[in-house]
Amino acid sequence: MSKQTLFEKIWDEHVVASPVGEPTLIYIDLHLVHEVTSPQAFDGLRLSNRTVRRPDRTLATADHNVPTDPISTPVNDPISRRQLEALDENCAEFGITLFPRGHENQGIVHIIGPELGVTKPGMTIVCGDSHTSTHGAFGALAFGIGTSEVEHVLATQTLPQQKAKTMSVTVKGKAPKGVSAKDIVLKIVSTLGTGGGAGYVIEYRGEAISDLSMEGRMTVCNMSIEAGARAGLVAVDETTIDYLRGRAGVPDGEEFEKLATYWRTLTSDDDATFDKEVVIDASELVPFITWGTNPAQVVALDGVVPTPDDFSDADSKDATARSLEYMGLEPGTPIKEIPVDVVFIGSCTNSRIEDLREAAAVAKGSKVATTVRALVVPGSHRVKKQAELEGLDKIFIDAGFEWREPGCSMCLGMNPDQLTPGQRSASTSNRNFEGRQGRGGRTHLVSPVVAAASAIKGRFATPDEVA
Amino acid sequence: MKAVHVIQGRAVPLERSDVDTDQIIPSDWLKRVERTGFGRGLFSEWRDSPEFVLNQEQFQGATILLAGPRFGTGSSREHAVWALMDYGFEAIIAPSFGDIFRNNSSKQGLVIVELPSGDVEELNALVKANPALQLTIDIERLTVEIAESGWQRTFTLDPMTRERLLNGWDDIGLTMLRENEITTFEKKTHSPTLNGIFDASGHTLR
Repeated sequence: MSKQTLFEKIWDEHVVASPVGEPTLIYIDLHLVHEVTSPQAFDGLRLSNRTVRRPDRTLATADHNVPTDPISTPVNDPISRRQLEALDENCAEFGITLFPRGHENQGIVHIIGPELGVTKPGMTIVCGDSHTSTHGAFGALAFGIGTSEVEHVLATQTLPQQKAKTMSVTVKGKAPKGVSAKDIVLKIVSTLGTGGGAGYVIEYRGEAISDLSMEGRMTVCNMSIEAGARAGLVAVDETTIDYLRGRAGVPDGEEFEKLATYWRTLTSDDDATFDKEVVIDASELVPFITWGTNPAQVVALDGVVPTPDDFSDADSKDATARSLEYMGLEPGTPIKEIPVDVVFIGSCTNSRIEDLREAAAVAKGSKVATTVRALVVPGSHRVKKQAELEGLDKIFIDAGFEWREPGCSMCLGMNPDQLTPGQRSASTSNRNFEGRQGRGGRTHLVSPVVAAASAIKGRFATPDEVA
Repeated sequence: MKAVHVIQGRAVPLERSDVDTDQIIPSDWLKRVERTGFGRGLFSEWRDSPEFVLNQEQFQGATILLAGPRFGTGSSREHAVWALMDYGFEAIIAPSFGDIFRNNSSKQGLVIVELPSGDVEELNALVKANPALQLTIDIERLTVEIAESGWQRTFTLDPMTRERLLNGWDDIGLTMLRENEITTFEKKTHSPTLNGIFDASGHTLR
């Protein structure tokens, strides 16, 4: 048998039918559902008199709309409330396990799958959310789908798919000290561009990747879609297996070891070839930040705001000029001189326990600048509870951060956590699109440690600047 | 899905690259549980400006959108496709598209035409010079044409998407014809389910 990549191994295991001249029909092991992209899919089922084929492979949580105020506060926005109620009703009607607002297992869909151990290596996982790529950190083939495809999976537990091409992104060497997973993926996205990964499944490889914890690998895989790739993967190793051991969704003892033996096979074969290979030298990594309105517009924290003249093609010149205007930035301004109004630590990119630990270590004993509103939104109730056990909540609150209930929150501002026009944020989320965090808001993507340092300094800052 | 054979109409030049799905339909609109009425939210952050191309008199009623590279990147929201179609667009012509957006479009019958950027720029110029210009997109022949001047280009669509557009096929219905194959697969797969992990209230059993 020829050498296979990890993607090809998982793909082959899930082929239901491969009719000539048509897309391959692949089986979906796990379907994650949330309130925003599902109501129209459930309606579609009802209209066609169809049912959910495998409720035992379908798991739902409320995340995008939920307010992050104390749970006792009602959902005041009637449209949001209606959408959350629709999820309750749909899950009850079709027999789907749901974690509603306030449930101990509730949280951002891409946080809860892994922490509950329902995300497992070798699986195919889909969700009506482009950041489903997060689960690829476990050596699972995980990708975002639209509402028509959500309906398709609910009805058939399969999806017709064109097989993607394969790309390896190797981050060679050890990441320098002070560089986080977020900096690695910002570098990758800026190298590939927002469309560079289109049509590909990316496998992240190299020492700087395998050195990462599972949390860090999830951060990297999460932003695959920001480079245009629907899925990103990291091969299974002992870090993966150690993370899964003892989680609610995995068995104990001998049964676990049997699974682990299978999981260890989920790597690309030596000498397997990829359709495209990209190598990034880890020595080029520093703390990064986005300056513009797409996630490939990245510059070093120590750098300056670029000018349209830094780019050769007309398209990039145009896009740069437009981004600078929207962002209200002057070319040549040192990044570290730009004041920040809001700091958001949260989202499916960076709201896991490790992210909160790192941010708290920076914030400890300091005070948030008086000009800054700083929010910490844990990814799930389990993350929140763990952080509180470790006293991280106290550190944040003492420093002047708001300690909030879990949800997607200011990453996309579907709940009341939004920027007002002209406000500038340092955000640990994944998209700096125009208006993403609130109409007229200006988003800069950073790592949790840079976000924490920026909250304290009142301007973009690196942790070494916080005494 | 309605069958589509030929789209004939006027075009509007957006002339922006990297138009992500947040720009096409902002998240505020995603709270709705309906599938219709999203047209009002299309490009809503730009629509306030009278200069925005969609607000210009000469482009009212256009059914073909000319866009820049990487149109529809970002979020998986199918609401972007619903908004474009609800507004009245039947096809988007651009040098490249986001993968999920392309997929979502194919499910709804919004025709995605990929042309080299040089050709899109040419179309932009032609349409700006004469907004009344009629474009014809033929799904059968895979061509974009301006009958008046003889301007013609071909494009590609994966064969199944083309078939589905031409026949208005429902994907789910097609897959359900493979019931036997799905059942056979389910009998042999070892992939774990959620059984035994949660109780009826969603609490973990261990």
